[in-house]
Amino acid sequence: MSEDRGGPAQPLLVLRGLKKHFPIRGGMFGGSIATVRAVDGVTFQVRKGETLGIVGESGCGKSTTARLLMRLLNPDAGETVFDGEPVGVDAQAGGIALKEYRRQVQMVFQDSYASLNPRLPIEDSIAFAPKVHGVPAREAQERARELLAAVGLSPAQFARRYPHELSGGQRQRVNIARALALYPRLVILDEPVSALDKSVEAQVLNLLMDLKEKFGLTYVFISHDLNVVQYISDRVLVMYLGIVAEQGPVDAIYERPAHPYTRALLASRPSMDPAKRRTEPPLAGDPPNPVNPPSGCRFRTRCPFAEDVCATQVPPAADLGGGHEAACLMAVPGSGHSQAGRLAA
Amino acid sequence: MSEVLERPATATTTAVPLVRLRDLHVRFVTRDRTVHAVNGVDMDLAPGEVLCILGESGSGKSVTLRALMRLLPRTAKVEGGIEVAGRDVQAMNESQLADFRGGDVAMIFQEPMTALDPVFTIGRQISETVQRHERVSRTAAEARALELLELVQIPSAKRRLAAYPHELSGGLRQRAMIAVALACRPKLLLADEPTTALDATVQIQVLLLLRQLQEQMGMGVIFVTHDLGVAGEIADRVAVMYAGKVVEEGPVGAMMAAPLHPYPRGLLGATVHAGLRGKRLTTIPGAPPSLETLPVGCAFAPRCTEAEPACSTADPAPRRPVPDRMARCIKVPGASD
Repeated sequence: MSEDRGGPAQPLLVLRGLKKHFPIRGGMFGGSIATVRAVDGVTFQVRKGETLGIVGESGCGKSTTARLLMRLLNPDAGETVFDGEPVGVDAQAGGIALKEYRRQVQMVFQDSYASLNPRLPIEDSIAFAPKVHGVPAREAQERARELLAAVGLSPAQFARRYPHELSGGQRQRVNIARALALYPRLVILDEPVSALDKSVEAQVLNLLMDLKEKFGLTYVFISHDLNVVQYISDRVLVMYLGIVAEQGPVDAIYERPAHPYTRALLASRPSMDPAKRRTEPPLAGDPPNPVNPPSGCRFRTRCPFAEDVCATQVPPAADLGGGHEAACLMAVPGSGHSQAGRLAA
Repeated sequence: MSEVLERPATATTTAVPLVRLRDLHVRFVTRDRTVHAVNGVDMDLAPGEVLCILGESGSGKSVTLRALMRLLPRTAKVEGGIEVAGRDVQAMNESQLADFRGGDVAMIFQEPMTALDPVFTIGRQISETVQRHERVSRTAAEARALELLELVQIPSAKRRLAAYPHELSGGLRQRAMIAVALACRPKLLLADEPTTALDATVQIQVLLLLRQLQEQMGMGVIFVTHDLGVAGEIADRVAVMYAGKVVEEGPVGAMMAAPLHPYPRGLLGATVHAGLRGKRLTTIPGAPPSLETLPVGCAFAPRCTEAEPACSTADPAPRRPVPDRMARCIKVPGASD
């Protein structure tokens, strides 16, 4: 376990102005003909010991954000600070090198099968990373067996099995064990339960809660399932087309959503009670293409409150108090929107 | 409403159920093994009714749906009675089947990109279906295609007729696939998780559209899903499948409020919803059985917290404690049939 360096008040991870644009190549000479603005200026922090949920629809940039966090992709712009130390800067210069950062930050992916080596028994998959980081083979193997037990798979029964011999839920448990093999402090969970059946999903969610407590972990939990995010998160980040639409404590987001997009997203959840069926969809149309996002506020093309000013002004993140922020002109007093300031704290 | 919705004068509502499945068994037989996917399903659907088949992966819900249209591969051995609109589907020959599929019954899928043909325009794919089944001119069929795109609420429908599937967004593609399915005013629409791959704000749009079209056209719908919320939003009745059997069936409201069978009860408890924060989720221990051997007794017994020795000796017969509700569990009061 790595020691806490910055103290409990220092956020574990701070991201400022994170950007990632992907060029689309085409044309006669294979030049760049357009740009996908997958993540376009995202700022947030992850506090020690919390679970930050990231929600949004496809194309909103939540998975790109996860890959940027893990540095599987290099950001085009922006700053990543891990426990007070800039990531990717030499230790002599007061930063944290990428290899050390990746030891402390681990990731679990949605596709449990694709993320395991099909030719390695699961015990070897789990022991692989510690060996790379210099742990003696025997010790790594022992740790792998302990972790298998910790995720609820009996080592005697499962250690020598191959990924194809396990069910989806069991494989996801192996992926979680592998992510914990280096005793990380931050685990990024990118849709970890989306491919699982409901009864298995609940088992894995319970396991994640137990492990967080046991190992003192911090989670970034990415999902499109609003109910799961509400269940597991302390704070929630709502993304739309590469930007943060709203963020705040989970109760504020779910009980007092300020951004019209968050409200529509929450109202789109199907109701299990047939007596509460809705008659009108909260939003029309699909999310626009991130290649050419709308000017000004990116949500204005689907927003029921959009006015002329929304096309020209990019809404800043307005503070609503208690760490609750919404990027909507209605939350900014004096923005020129007819309902400006109505939401302000 | 537009003419598309009007049914031909011959269609009259009778007391005959639209779908009648009796003791349906489907086995997949290969050289190495046999998988018992569906093990005795009885199901009735009234005209104009929406039935949701709810179940986890491997429960046999999609196989049941495909058996209704005889879409299963050759390795599938299908036994039992399958009647749709009074016709015996098992006895149909190839040309009768071709008329039946797309005419009386149509199906929509989870992934429109693989269900639509990538090399034909949306308009062509709809008008082809109309021409094939109703022997009308190409112009008439194209006019119908336009009406259908308007019916499924595709904006600027005229322009979209000339679009290829890859040019449409996910939600529009799903609507286009629904338009193809509805082209010949089917009496029965089979839907295999049609909203699972869609985003939340688009999923609710498509669900509401399907419900509206179903009411207007008076279609019977069998809707396969693993999502309790989707069933709550669209179903009249729900049939819960486990290990190739219907373990509980009943009206959606009553079932969601108080399931009779321990499996749907566990499923409901394991589904994350508001108000569970900070509490431990109840789970169903273990995993569904492998269907390579037919389970002896109740297939759910090994995972059931209320199981007793009698559960693993004989397959529980359906019991009906109140009219209209059925559960296969020996703990449920009421006469078994």
